Amino acid sequence: MTRMTVKRKLEILSDAAKYDASCASSGSNKRDSRDGKGLGSNEGSGICHAYAPDGRCISLLKILMTNFCIYDCSYCVNRVSSNVPRARFTVDEVVDLTINFYRRNYIEGLFLSSGIIRSPDATMADMVRIARRLRKEESFRGYIHLKTIPDAAPELIAQAGLLADRLSINVELPTDAAVEAYAPEKSPEQIRGAMADVRHRKDAAQDRSHRGRRPPRFAPAGQSTQMIIGADGATDKTILGRSTRLYGDYKLKRVYYSAFSPIPDSSAKLPLISPPLQREHRLYQADWLLRFYGFELDEITSTTRDGNLDLAVDPKLAWALEHRALFPVDVNTAPKELLLRVPGFGVKTVKRIVSTRRHCYLRYDHLLRIGGAMKKARPFIVAGGWSPGSLTDSACLRARFAPPPEQLTLF
Amino acid sequence: MYHVVIPKIGAATAWRTAARGFLAAQIPPHEICWQEPGAAPELFARTQAPPPTGDIKVSRRFVAMANSVVWHRDRDRFACLYGFLWRLRDAPHLIGDHGDPHLARLRRMEKNVHRCQHKMKAFVRFREIGDREAPRRSFAAWFEPTHHTVEPTASFFARRFGDMDWRIITPDKTAICVDGVVSFSAGQPRPDLPEDAHEDLWIAYFENIFNPARLKVSAMCSEMPKKYWKNLPEAAAIANLVKTAPERAEEMARAAPTLPPLRAERMKERLARFDASDVSGPPQSSAAHRQK
Ligand code: SF4
Repeated sequence: MTRMTVKRKLEILSDAAKYDASCASSGSNKRDSRDGKGLGSNEGSGICHAYAPDGRCISLLKILMTNFCIYDCSYCVNRVSSNVPRARFTVDEVVDLTINFYRRNYIEGLFLSSGIIRSPDATMADMVRIARRLRKEESFRGYIHLKTIPDAAPELIAQAGLLADRLSINVELPTDAAVEAYAPEKSPEQIRGAMADVRHRKDAAQDRSHRGRRPPRFAPAGQSTQMIIGADGATDKTILGRSTRLYGDYKLKRVYYSAFSPIPDSSAKLPLISPPLQREHRLYQADWLLRFYGFELDEITSTTRDGNLDLAVDPKLAWALEHRALFPVDVNTAPKELLLRVPGFGVKTVKRIVSTRRHCYLRYDHLLRIGGAMKKARPFIVAGGWSPGSLTDSACLRARFAPPPEQLTLF
Repeated sequence: MYHVVIPKIGAATAWRTAARGFLAAQIPPHEICWQEPGAAPELFARTQAPPPTGDIKVSRRFVAMANSVVWHRDRDRFACLYGFLWRLRDAPHLIGDHGDPHLARLRRMEKNVHRCQHKMKAFVRFREIGDREAPRRSFAAWFEPTHHTVEPTASFFARRFGDMDWRIITPDKTAICVDGVVSFSAGQPRPDLPEDAHEDLWIAYFENIFNPARLKVSAMCSEMPKKYWKNLPEAAAIANLVKTAPERAEEMARAAPTLPPLRAERMKERLARFDASDVSGPPQSSAAHRQK
């Protein structure tokens, strides 16, 4: 067999990695290389260095170490029963690509995952070796995200957390039953156990010793996970319930939702149609409302029909349309919590409203300048020079926001 | 009437010093004409700002905003800043008034500059210009920012690329960093940078991380506006990716599920054997895979 070029390997192993939605490189500890003894910096917020035509940000070199895998997860392009071409990077190759891409300002760092070869421990040990080479020999101070293997030995996870900014373990599917059906070799309980382990190590790394010394930081950018949406029959209600628990139990930084996408050489077990990308988008919006807007889970799920979010309007608008008695709210007097519930007002807009109204009476055109999405907010607020009148209660309000029904053409 | 020319390099400090002088001497905005270098000086105008005297206290938020706005391309930026500074004298609360149109204009300029800086951090692409084995490697990039963003953004590159030398060349300014020290010089026309083999790998990565089943061209273009494409090596691949995407996605959906390769059966058998033999393993771990 002729040896495969690095370029060919890169093609195969980035193609295999694209189904992981995460590309975040934010929220780690601040550092730089001004001392001239290393390469890289991290300034809190991540940078998207490019965008692919699928609209996704490219921030990290997202690759698999290898796409050989001994498991058979139906939704995965790398499962043992798939016929995709296989490749494997050496440790040197991954290190070299990361450093050279970084120096050319293509990326913020590395997101490394892997199929499972030989055994979970052997695989994890190789990934840790790559991270260690980058940190210790190349003095790399950019971002590293390692996708850990749930059943790898705890010592390996412990080492990974000291080298990486973020660790992630994918829960893969929204329910245990689905994991058992589609990822027969994986155990939902074990995945949760591994997440709990990461959480405890991270918590422990925050406690100072009796001398007041801080232990080395453990995965400073936290842990995240991903759920595939639309491969099984789980409803949005089930999905959001699961993520709420994940955020609470394991202090996750992010739950990513990845609309099941047809993959090359897909398994006969799975639907060949992909769910609308809009569904993924609505889930992210709902997730945001739960975390930053003070919404409770049942408030959001109460607006769902058959357990699924409305695809035509966003979840905040859906909630407001069903609670019209609370509106319109007066932007000059309403408490912050209520302003956060106005469709079209983001967290930043609300903050500005609250600070500006302290010294001036807010009029409608103020709000435009402050940056609210006024077309959306208009029916739900009262401001100087503006009152929605009967608009708030008008029966056709939903129709104003929902996209028009698809045009019919002559047949 | 005063005519002050704010130089291209060091504009932030130059504007601030001049503004402090004018403010101390109580010169109202309409008596000052702020200019960029190259503009014809008006006859009989005074070209020196009065020297700053005494302590002048200005809101920290204003200073932060001014430090960005001075890099905007708008010719009125210096005058607009001074006009607002003048108003702040007896109405300091204005700096927090989101309803004030004058402030809104400045904030808009500030936002444009921030966005431009952000895009610069993202879209500068270096090529290696020195010896790969040298103790400090060197890189260069050609970039065309919308505003005068090279100077305020250079420190970011210095913090990030501490162990290498680099230069970013733009039409109106060049930033050079040697041994960790940043300096600025005049702009240059587009240089001929040597080919860089890693660009080819980067394009291969860009092409393969893209998922043809999720084409969303408008989302890409709003974040990576077309005006930047000519200096992004990967952008050359976009047209073809977009064109072939629907076909590729359809192809994936149409392809009938294939038979698993033989290897799959062997693997499964092996896993099953491990499971059967390992009855004493720790509970809760799929202990089979622990065995080497
Ligand atoms: S373990 Fe499952 S999800 Fe992970 S690479 Fe292997 S087949 Fe894919």
